[in-house]
Formats: sequence, structure tokens, C-alpha cells
Amino acid sequence: MTTTSPTDSPRQGAVRRLGDRVFSGTSRGAGILILLILAGVAVFLVVQAVPAVTADPQAIDGGRGLLGYVAPLLFGTVLAAVLALLIATPLAVAVALFVTHYASRRLAQGLGYVVDLLAAIPSIVYGFWGIAWLAPRLTPFYGWLEQYLGFLPFFAGPASATGRTMLTVGLVLAVMILPIISAIAREVFLQVPALHREAALALGATRWEMIRIAVLPYGRSGIIGGAMLGLGRALGETLAVAIVLSVSGGISFNLISSSNPSTIAANIALQFPESSGLKINTLVASGLALFIVTLAVNVLARAVVNRRAEFSGARS
Amino acid sequence: MTPTSAPPAPTSAASPAATALQARGRLPRWAPAAVFAGAAVLAVLLGLLTTLNPVTFVLYTVVLGTFALWGTARRVEGARKATDRLVTCLVLGAFGLTLVPLVSLLYEVVRRGIARLDATFFNSSLVGILGEGGGAYHAIFGTLIITGLTIVISVPIGLLTAIYLVEYGTGRLKKAITFLVDVMTGIPSIVAGLFAYALFAMFFGPGVRMGLAGAVALSVLMIPVVVRSAEEVLKLVPTELREASYALGVPKWRTIVKIVIPTAIAGLGTGVTLAIARIIGETAPLLVTVGITNATNLNPFDGRMATLPVFAYYQLTQPGVPPEFAIDRAWTAALVLIILVMALNVVARLISRFFAPKTGR
Repeated sequence: MTTTSPTDSPRQGAVRRLGDRVFSGTSRGAGILILLILAGVAVFLVVQAVPAVTADPQAIDGGRGLLGYVAPLLFGTVLAAVLALLIATPLAVAVALFVTHYASRRLAQGLGYVVDLLAAIPSIVYGFWGIAWLAPRLTPFYGWLEQYLGFLPFFAGPASATGRTMLTVGLVLAVMILPIISAIAREVFLQVPALHREAALALGATRWEMIRIAVLPYGRSGIIGGAMLGLGRALGETLAVAIVLSVSGGISFNLISSSNPSTIAANIALQFPESSGLKINTLVASGLALFIVTLAVNVLARAVVNRRAEFSGARS
Repeated sequence: MTPTSAPPAPTSAASPAATALQARGRLPRWAPAAVFAGAAVLAVLLGLLTTLNPVTFVLYTVVLGTFALWGTARRVEGARKATDRLVTCLVLGAFGLTLVPLVSLLYEVVRRGIARLDATFFNSSLVGILGEGGGAYHAIFGTLIITGLTIVISVPIGLLTAIYLVEYGTGRLKKAITFLVDVMTGIPSIVAGLFAYALFAMFFGPGVRMGLAGAVALSVLMIPVVVRSAEEVLKLVPTELREASYALGVPKWRTIVKIVIPTAIAGLGTGVTLAIARIIGETAPLLVTVGITNATNLNPFDGRMATLPVFAYYQLTQPGVPPEFAIDRAWTAALVLIILVMALNVVARLISRFFAPKTGR
């Protein structure tokens, strides 16, 4: 673009280049600013976390060093997120299938919008709903689980009387990430070539067989990518967990008791406002751990989704 | 389309798929409805034996009906069609299950929040309030100011980045920015808050609380959303329009300002509005950067401010001595938040409808 053809008058060319240079420079600057912001996030977190890393292990909250402080939190974070993922993925795929292959076309658009509404609701409202509506309704169910499935370590009990358990958190997070997974699955299912589906139907497949042999294999990487994006969101979810979960620390696989490990994000939200000094550095260090975990999950998810896009020639 | 093509979503639940299947019998079209009606009757009977409430009724009906339909279809139509019907029931059931949280959430928030949705809530703060009364005047204005600042920071950066990516970007820088915008989309909101806190603590010392820090934290969350949506929209502008403009001797930057952006303005507006809807309910970053106060502070450059989500959080979790009044305020704040988000979503839809380019695609 910088070289102008010889027939162009040089003066006009110069004017053109000035306006273009300013505009392209500003927009390039905005792009570079994004690089700086992300680098800034990493650098500032590291700077604030360093005092906690170098500090005497006894001085860290809990007295067992930084690793002893972060490990149970990381465990709680991963447990809640994986639980949410296990609950949400099958449901999200079913919802996406319903919208793309079962509902009539006119209905589908409205239904897609309804599912998107779930994504629009602020996370704190999910916390309100989880503690006030969902948790009390789940307590009889937890009692039942303890009574009949108590031999499994997950349901060993004693069942919480308030319902503020890890399983409730998993359910709330599942509701929050369901629209994310289903939106991506929906997009992929719509891109399945009509010829694949028609070929399956022409061979005498029922609708489910058509979905199994044509739609799901084509959409597999989309489902995996969407699930991992949902996982990233569930890992970082803060307020819903902070409000709903009854926390006592420690590592435990017991999903229905009232003593649960906290999650990193919820722990920061609960502790930060009353913290100062080294405690803030410790919390920032735990936030850095969360940042690294979500970063890895998201990069992996994007790689999976983008590989599919290249493979199928579709726009992501 | 070949004559053999079937519609992607056949309306009839029992569309004949192959002659092989027609060798067996077929259930009439009313069969599923009849089976589920029978299941409903059974569910009532079962409910009378144990406990009858709407939840168990629906649960029994769905489970019994699904199994009964599967069994009937298996006997009459064969295993393959039976599986098909089973999956149809499961998919429908899953969708119904998904609606439960949405409906119950909206119902619960409206039911509990409507009580305090009065004038006092909107025109008084919490100064000197120990029980009844009081409102979120300070929090509503705090949210508006911080959101406004966030828009001022994020929209220019986001739009310019999108323009760079679509119109100018080439090579490795473009790839790097696209990748990092994707990564940024996944930053947990609390980490964005910690970043803004760490940044401001560097200049103002530890323990800093400031509205501007909240706006910076929210910008980290909003910029990638704006970039992604603007990028998608700008890509949709036909290359022919740009080329026609270049052919008339219009410089590139004027082509972008006068041709590309006006063509895409509806989509850009929608994207920005949805991005605002996404960040207006964010709580975690504001909790660590802006804090909370009972008094009205409208200066985002000095001290703590109240914001609607943080207000709701503290009113619910630290309600004070007679707790019911604060808890009522918390629910009303949640209701106002939902109304705000829904309104923004509606506005986004209206923008895309009314400002869409006249030609259509």
C-alpha cells in the first residue's frame, strides 16, 4: 500500500499516506495495547505474588507454606469445575441437538434465545438462586443419597442440613456453563454438511442413528472445545461459589457434607476485603495459580476448536 | 437439493425412514401422547400412595412415560425405532430440565425482589439505615459511573483492535493478537480484579480502593468481547464495497470510516451493547478493587464506591442485626440487575433490527 503508482500525483499520495498512517497506527497501537494488558496481568500478578513465595512458610495463613495453602483450594476448584462439567456436558449436547435437529425451525430460534438468556444472567444472581431456591430443595435428596449410597466416598455424609454442599455448587456451575457449551455445540451441529445427514437418512437410518453416525462424529471436536471453554468458566467462577458453598477447608471427596474445600476464586472474594500485607500477596499468588490453570485450559480448548475450523474449512 | 432430501427437522415424530423398518408395525401418531397420558395417571396413583407434589408428579410421568413408550415401540416397531424414540424422549427431557433453573430463578428473584421495588430503593442510600428502608441510590449511580468509564476505555480500544485485525493486520502480529484476545476472553473475572488492584497498588500504595480501578478491571473483561463481536461483524462487510471505494480514489482510512463502519454499525452496536450486558453484573472484580460503602460517592477517582452487584452481595451475606430488611434489599438489587441485563439484551436486538443495512444479504 505504501508504494504508489507513478501516474499518481505525488502530493495526493503524500496526503493519503498521512491519514492512512495515523489511522493504521492508532488501530495497530490498540492491538499492541492488548498485548501489553495481557503481559501486564501476568507481570503485576507475579510481582504481587513474589513476597508470598519467598516468605517464611510459617508466616503464610495456615502455617503450612504457600503450597499447603493453595493445594486444598486448587483441589476444591478442580472438583467443583469437573463436577459441573460432568453434569452440564450431556445436557448441553442434548439441548443443542434439540434446538438443531428436533425442534421445528421457527421454534428453534426462540428456544436458542431462551438458552442464551441463561448465559446473560449475572453470576451473583445464580448465587442467590443457589442458596435460596436450589439448596433447600436438595437437602431431602442428600439425605436419601447418604442413606442408600453412603457406601460411596462421595456420599459418605453426614448430609448437610442447609444444602450448601459441593454437589450444589456443581449444579449451580453446571447451569452457568451449560449455555456456553450448548452454544458452541449448536454452531457445530448446524455446520454438519446436509449431504452427510441426507445420506444417512437415505440409507434408512432413524433420526438418532443419523445423529450418531453423521452429526456427533462431525461435531465431536466442537463439543470437546465447548466443554473445555465451559470448564475454564467454571474454574474461575467466584461469587456463585462464595455465596453457596459452606467452607471448612481440607481435601475431601465428600460431595454432600457441610465441610468442603473452598475454591481459589471464592476464597479470594471472601478473604480479600479484610486482608492486608502478606495475606494479600498469598491471595494474589493463589490467583496466579488460577490464572495459569484457566489459561492452559482455554488455550487447549481454542486449539481444539480452531483445528476443527481449519479441517472443515468453516469459519469459527 | 436432491429429491431424496429430508428436512433437517422432520415435524412428524414418526417419519418413515426406510422400507426395511416398514416391514414391522408402526405406532400411530397419537401413541406417544397416549402413553404419556397413561403415565400421568399412573404417576398420580403412585403419588397418592407416597407423597403427591408437582415435582414427583412430573418426574414419575416423564420416567414412566419414557420407559412405557420405549417398551411399546420395541414390541411393535423393533429395537432401532425404539431407541430412536427413547433418545427423542431423553433430548426433550433434557431441554425441559434446562428450563427449570431459568424459570425458577426468574420466578424466585421477582417474587422476593418485588417487595422493595419502590421509590425509596431508588432515591435513598444506606447512610444511617439500621433496619427498614434505605435503598441503593448510591449503588445504582456507582454502577452507572463505573460502567460508563469502562465503556469509555474499552469501546475505542476494542473497535480499533477489531479494525486493525480485519483491515490492516497481517502476519505474526495479527496472529498473536487474535490468539491473545481469545486467551483474554477466558481470564477469570477475579483475576482481572486482582490485576487492577495490583496495578493501582503500585501507584497509590496497598489497600487502594477506587472506582477507576474497577473500571480498569472490567475493561480487561470487556475489551475481548468487543473485539470478537466487532471482528465478526466487520468481516461480513462485502469486499466489493471496499474495492468500489478504492476504485473511486478514496483513501483506505476514509473507506473504513465512511463505508465499512456505517455498513457494519448495526452489528457493532449490538456487540457493544451485549458486552455491556456482560460486564454490568460482574461482582468479583469490583469486590476487590472498589469495595463497598454506605454513603454516596460519585467520584470514581477517590475512595470506595458502592455498586449494585457488590451491594447485593453484602446485603445478603452481611445483613446486620434485623436481617430481613437487608435481605429484601439484596433481592431487589438482584432484580434490578436482571432487569438491566434483560433491557440491554432487548436494546441489542432492537439495534440490530433498526440499524441493519437497507440492502440485506
